[in-house]
Amino acid sequence: MALRNTALALASVGLRPNVPSIFCSLLASRSFASVETGYLYAKSHEWAKVDGDVATVGISDHAQAELGDVVYVELPDIGKTFSAGETFGVVESVKAASDVYAPISGEVLEVNSELKDKPATINADPYKSGWIMKVKVTNKGDLSKLLDAKAYEKRNRALSSESSACWAIQNLSREE
Amino acid sequence: MINASPVINILSLSRFPIYNQLVLEEAILRGTTENWCIINDGAFCPAIVMGISGRASELIQVPEAIKAGVQVVKRFTGGGTVVVDHDTIFTTLIVQGQSLPHVDPYPQPIMKWTEGFYEPVFKSFGEFRLKENDYVFQQQKFGGNAQAITGKRWLHHTSFLWDYRAESMSLLKQPKKAPAYREGRSHEHFIVRLKDFVSERSAITEGIIEACSKSGFIPEVRNLTDAAKALQGSNKICGTKLVDLTTALQQPQ
Repeated sequence: MALRNTALALASVGLRPNVPSIFCSLLASRSFASVETGYLYAKSHEWAKVDGDVATVGISDHAQAELGDVVYVELPDIGKTFSAGETFGVVESVKAASDVYAPISGEVLEVNSELKDKPATINADPYKSGWIMKVKVTNKGDLSKLLDAKAYEKRNRALSSESSACWAIQNLSREE
Repeated sequence: MINASPVINILSLSRFPIYNQLVLEEAILRGTTENWCIINDGAFCPAIVMGISGRASELIQVPEAIKAGVQVVKRFTGGGTVVVDHDTIFTTLIVQGQSLPHVDPYPQPIMKWTEGFYEPVFKSFGEFRLKENDYVFQQQKFGGNAQAITGKRWLHHTSFLWDYRAESMSLLKQPKKAPAYREGRSHEHFIVRLKDFVSERSAITEGIIEACSKSGFIPEVRNLTDAAKALQGSNKICGTKLVDLTTALQQPQ
């Protein structure tokens, strides 16, 4: 469906609707990133699993796939407080240090110290053993701004189509 | 609808201290929304620069580095360790995602774009490409790069080796992880000097400024005063740090 729509979009701006194979694989790989029901997701691809006043936080399967092999995680200090949307740590992969953002406001109660020696756990199991921190939630209103699994998945598919179409237009227009 | 080309600010420096450059870059990345291309033609003094996860005891010949009196800096980007001096040409690209909407703010798409950015700069000097995330002529590396990504804004900086000294390289330990294409080669056989391929340093620095136009940006020349305004912003995050090697000496070697 996404491929067909993109082909139509390309044709409408006078470009050949031939879709390079890499474009297809880009769409395919993003479409298969998993989501976990019962979790809430930020648009910046972090997740929060709330249990009473405590939320466990990590990054989504989509994020770990895009980042590549994680080689280092900078964990926050216990006791530190963050507002929703604030940088709480850094994940290093493929020579890049990428900020990760608190999906909700809270105080850090615990960090996943396993990630110090095994940072690739985030790639292998982003929703369970790859958790990054646990926080005491200080503003439950933040939860209403997060997406449930279905909405997050739908958003990712839409962004993936848009991004791949952008790429295709950029590269096809070079060939013209 | 035709979108206007984005502006990129060009800052040309020479012999600027690498520690100060990194602090400035991070402030611009985190505290502004403008695009920048910063070129520093040579560091003020020799330095060893580690990536964000670097540990001096694992990466540096600490006693020798202390004896040499070389400055050690931990930067805010990923990647490995480099020795820099006045024969290193630094280039930094800081890009607001919406200026390049077709480049996803993740490591591989960014590096794919930067390979295309640098290709016109280097292709006339050798068989240039990005190989396992290094800039190479055929199988030999001449530039190391690293990145920082914050939301849809990203920074990609590179240290190009115009020349280097074997005795400086000897201050580094062999990294535990090396790219496969290195195939166990020593530094001397793995890394090449740009001066052996390019007659004038200015060909590189001027080529990079031209590359900004070729990549669809409108270059606007700025000075250090313009750039330094970013240091006055409210951003408090600074991952760039000077490293005290005497502390590293106490850790297991």
